[in-house]
Amino acid sequence: MSAVRPFRAIVTVALAFALCFLTLPVVAIFAGTPPGELVASLGDPAALDALSLSLQATLAALAVIVVVGAPAAYALATRSFRGRSAVITLVELPLVLPPAVAGIALLAALGPQGLLGGWLEDAGVRLVFETAGVIVALVFVAAPFFISQAQAAFSAVDRTWLDASRTLGATEARTFLSVMVPSALPGLLSGLALAWGRALGEFGATLIFAGSLSGVTQTAPLAIYELFATDLNAALALSAVLVAISAALLLSVKLVGGRVAPGLLAR
Amino acid sequence: MGARDPLSEEEGAALELGAELRLGAFDLEIELAVPAGCCLALAGPSGAGKSTVLRVVAGLLRPDRGNVRCGEATWLDTEAGIDLPPELRRCGYVFQDYALFPHLRAWQNVAYGPRREVRGRAERRRRAEALLERFGVAHLADAYPRTLSGGERQRVALARALAPRPRALLLDEPLAALDSRTRAAATRELASVLREAEVPTLLVTHDFAEAATLGDTVAVMAEGKLVQRGRAADLAARPVSAFVADLTGAVVLSGVARPGAEGLTLVDLDGGGAIASVDHATGPVTVSVFPWEIALEPPGGSGSARNRLAVEVASVTELGSRVRVGLEGPQPLAAEVTAASARALGLAPGRTVVATWKAAATRLTSS
Repeated sequence: MSAVRPFRAIVTVALAFALCFLTLPVVAIFAGTPPGELVASLGDPAALDALSLSLQATLAALAVIVVVGAPAAYALATRSFRGRSAVITLVELPLVLPPAVAGIALLAALGPQGLLGGWLEDAGVRLVFETAGVIVALVFVAAPFFISQAQAAFSAVDRTWLDASRTLGATEARTFLSVMVPSALPGLLSGLALAWGRALGEFGATLIFAGSLSGVTQTAPLAIYELFATDLNAALALSAVLVAISAALLLSVKLVGGRVAPGLLAR
Repeated sequence: MGARDPLSEEEGAALELGAELRLGAFDLEIELAVPAGCCLALAGPSGAGKSTVLRVVAGLLRPDRGNVRCGEATWLDTEAGIDLPPELRRCGYVFQDYALFPHLRAWQNVAYGPRREVRGRAERRRRAEALLERFGVAHLADAYPRTLSGGERQRVALARALAPRPRALLLDEPLAALDSRTRAAATRELASVLREAEVPTLLVTHDFAEAATLGDTVAVMAEGKLVQRGRAADLAARPVSAFVADLTGAVVLSGVARPGAEGLTLVDLDGGGAIASVDHATGPVTVSVFPWEIALEPPGGSGSARNRLAVEVASVTELGSRVRVGLEGPQPLAAEVTAASARALGLAPGRTVVATWKAAATRLTSS
């Protein structure tokens, strides 16, 4: 018989405890929602509107985040310039901002009375109580997740691969697309998943900056909050759908991350 | 490699380089030229700035001042503000760890360079496989780099570097990542590639034997400067300094020279003993002699060789059919003898022998 190993026991108990604590609430959502209720809630146009708005707004936000964030992360990872660490800190700041503060900050910057409010109004851009405002709020809170992951992933790519690409006749742009991005893909995807998860769950900044207008700015989390006041079962049902979507997202990213770059595995 | 490049005039052009650059502890200051079809081997210890030279030529590093010309084309002229990016210089660069793209299969690595010129995936693959075939690794076309051995990676890297028909070849320690068994075959292969190459080649190595085998000429670098340049045999026979002599593999001893009888120079070795050389020198000198010029005799023997030093065997290392014998005397030295004579002498650490060599095999350089 093996001797008693207290540390092994402690580790096992800690893991079991963490697992229970982290999954119990999620399980409880499904336990509290009769399957019939779940299906019925999907027929509710308000819930469906909120879900579809959530998906559209997060996808639009992700597109902006990738198109602007990937090159920005590349610049942070490959260039050395004065104030680089200050820039990195500023870019990461929204990570630690309370969502309500983020919403107020966005209002102060882009709201009708904000810093750029007059300029935006002249340009005919309206954000408050508009879907565009939701997307702005999502980009603001979710972009740093992607940029910091992407920057780490780009930094980890062997510089000589980039040098090799250049000597083989590829411009810096082609090197970025053909060598840098594929080599960093697992890290980019995990950054994307984090950003998407954060955007899907966004609540405070959206509520304060864009409002909670059904069909226009009311995303799934805002709809859940509204339902919670009137119809707990409907709130639970919509929550269950969000859990399913988020879990599917997490799983697919893990699967894709493993499949997408076979040459990169286990190197 | 198919039809001749229409730019063959440029292909046949010489590479000229002059560069000055601050490099941490010392300044890189170098000028060299390599004719078309020739290989200049840059030899020297790690950190001498050899790879930096390659990076400057390829356009991966911009020197503080300098110019790089390949035939008629000016790649870099800091005075005139010309600095072509690496993709327009098109150097075939083989990196020290080969730097194969891990997310691409072997054939895709080779096809990466000529992607613009060659239309269609099937044609690109056909051409890449033809090149891989030339290096005997066509069967690995679909393999990812991480599954290849060192020797296989080296061949894929060479094929990749040659695929876009480079205007110059730059090889950074192309054999250093290989184990000793693979290295001999890889050296022969590389030598034949270099013979066929019509472009100037710069090869960087810390191993003088490799430089001597692969380079038409050898340039020795130390702390950012060229110390000596010439044919390998000339460097070994007439090293300008103890540093070069040491790099070429010679045994290096120190002493003080004075004129001796019969037109010979006598050198009193530091630590005791005296030897003779046909070279002329006075004052403090560095003595260099190749290990294979040194013969070993049992004590008390009387050979014809002029120089005789009583020494003690410190180590015996077999190198194939030859044996390298480390010796402790007034100053450490080493001899290389056949395995047969090592057996006949019963060489083992602790045994006393006499190391002998000719005055004519003894090089002197003033130190």
